[in-house]
Amino acid sequence: MSSKPLVPAIEGWHTMEAKPHLIGTQCQDCGTYFFPKQSDYCRNPECESTDFCEVELSRTGKVWSYTNACYKPPAPFVAQEPFVPYAIAGVQLETEQMVILGQVIEGLTVDDLKVGMPMELVLQPLHETDDDIKVTWKWQPLAQ
Amino acid sequence: MSNEIAILGAGMHPWGKWGHNFVQYGVAAAREALADAGVPWQDVKFVSGGATIRCGYPGFVAGATFAQALGWQGAEVNTSYAACASGSQALAAARNKILSGECEVALVVGADTTPKGFLAPAGGYRPEDPDWVRFYLGITNPTYFALYARRRMDLYGDTLQDFAAVKVKNSLVGSKNPRARYRKCFTAEDVAASAMVADPLRLMDICATSDGGAALIVSSLEYARKIGKGNAPRVAAISTVTPTFASGVLEMPDIATDSAAAAGVEAHAYRSTIPLKAYEEAGIGPEDISLAEVYDLSTALELDWIEDLQLAPRGEAAALLRAGDTALGGKIPINVSGGLACFGEAVPAQALSQICELTWQLRGQAGDRQVQGAKVGITANQGLFGHGSSVIVKK
Ligand SMILES: [Zn+2]
Repeated sequence: MSSKPLVPAIEGWHTMEAKPHLIGTQCQDCGTYFFPKQSDYCRNPECESTDFCEVELSRTGKVWSYTNACYKPPAPFVAQEPFVPYAIAGVQLETEQMVILGQVIEGLTVDDLKVGMPMELVLQPLHETDDDIKVTWKWQPLAQ
Repeated sequence: MSNEIAILGAGMHPWGKWGHNFVQYGVAAAREALADAGVPWQDVKFVSGGATIRCGYPGFVAGATFAQALGWQGAEVNTSYAACASGSQALAAARNKILSGECEVALVVGADTTPKGFLAPAGGYRPEDPDWVRFYLGITNPTYFALYARRRMDLYGDTLQDFAAVKVKNSLVGSKNPRARYRKCFTAEDVAASAMVADPLRLMDICATSDGGAALIVSSLEYARKIGKGNAPRVAAISTVTPTFASGVLEMPDIATDSAAAAGVEAHAYRSTIPLKAYEEAGIGPEDISLAEVYDLSTALELDWIEDLQLAPRGEAAALLRAGDTALGGKIPINVSGGLACFGEAVPAQALSQICELTWQLRGQAGDRQVQGAKVGITANQGLFGHGSSVIVKK
């Protein structure tokens, strides 16, 4: 990997620390979480709140389901050449009671995954530009 | 029952990749349905179209586009867009018009032409668009179907062989359907030899997109009796309910589910809630169903639908499949049209094509695909952005 700076692929969706968190919002009236962030209206039908604050979401959860991408997705995805298949997992966060989708770290396949498996959030490169390396969140099995 | 309307006619343009204008398919389907009903075009007082969003302005006003193509004769028009449920929503509009007494007989029609290649989202940097986000992160349509399929394997013990068996079953019966696009009988070996797309789904587990058109002529029961068709199959229920917060299932194109963290909020699975209203409205239970046409965007999804329709307890659809119960001649035949596996998806026409099949089955006109003694059929589909539908047709 080059010495280019690491920048988030999508600005403001996660922290950049070694043990990163996704950044969502939480309704201050009913407690519903939102990812991506939602700060204008609450989608809970029992709630009319317009009061939200940014929160760091739990960085661990359990696999809801998983798959992989055997073929190169279309743009705006930026693929490595040659294309390397990657695994994908939806991970259920306990506190937030929601499932969040993401790639699984490089080098793992569907054979390494199982529904219910504990996972944690990490950052890895998504693609490289002339100026920087775009990183995004990925899931990896939680170190025991 | 006061809520029922009669299906007098059904028509379809064969599914394929014909490359023609969508209007041509819709007109062909409408003419076939009119002839089938024995109703003169001039007598149709309401035209309800399913919109296509891929064919420019004429597609956005599909009801009017079809009415003009068939020859303006003063009928009122409507256009409905509800993704995969567009046809059902167009049918619901026609039913409302008929039950309110404003019109006696209506045409419901949907047709689509699909572009060649991938439908990629617009470029640039647009993180506010969930469709852009998920493609940027490498999440495609098959990802979602594969997530559902994998859960079946890990939770219920479904196997790749089960998924392949759905394809084999549907291709066998679909080979007997002249309106289907794919009419080859595939084997489990064919499926296993096709390329893995999104593990555990292979190319032959996933449905294609197609051109096609489907149409129904529907009327009041009184009108049906008046023209000597009092025994025509009837629409007994239409459900087009939206989801209930919080949705606990990852749905295309979203990167996350709703959060069910708030007090009093539970996670729901939308698909299973769609048929509930249909059963209640028809006063009919799953035990009364003779056959079902379900939205098999993937082979594994057919198994999910069987359980969502309560035709099998959760997790037991594969057992039904293995016993041959979901095949033609089985206890509860599923997708005897051949399903999306043999048709490919033509969005605004697909929900109507499901009802066309039930109509022919309930009349006993399905030929080599006939389900003996079919009395009640149900359809089910789900598309983007909280659109889904289920329609019950009975004798
Ligand atoms: Zn709230």
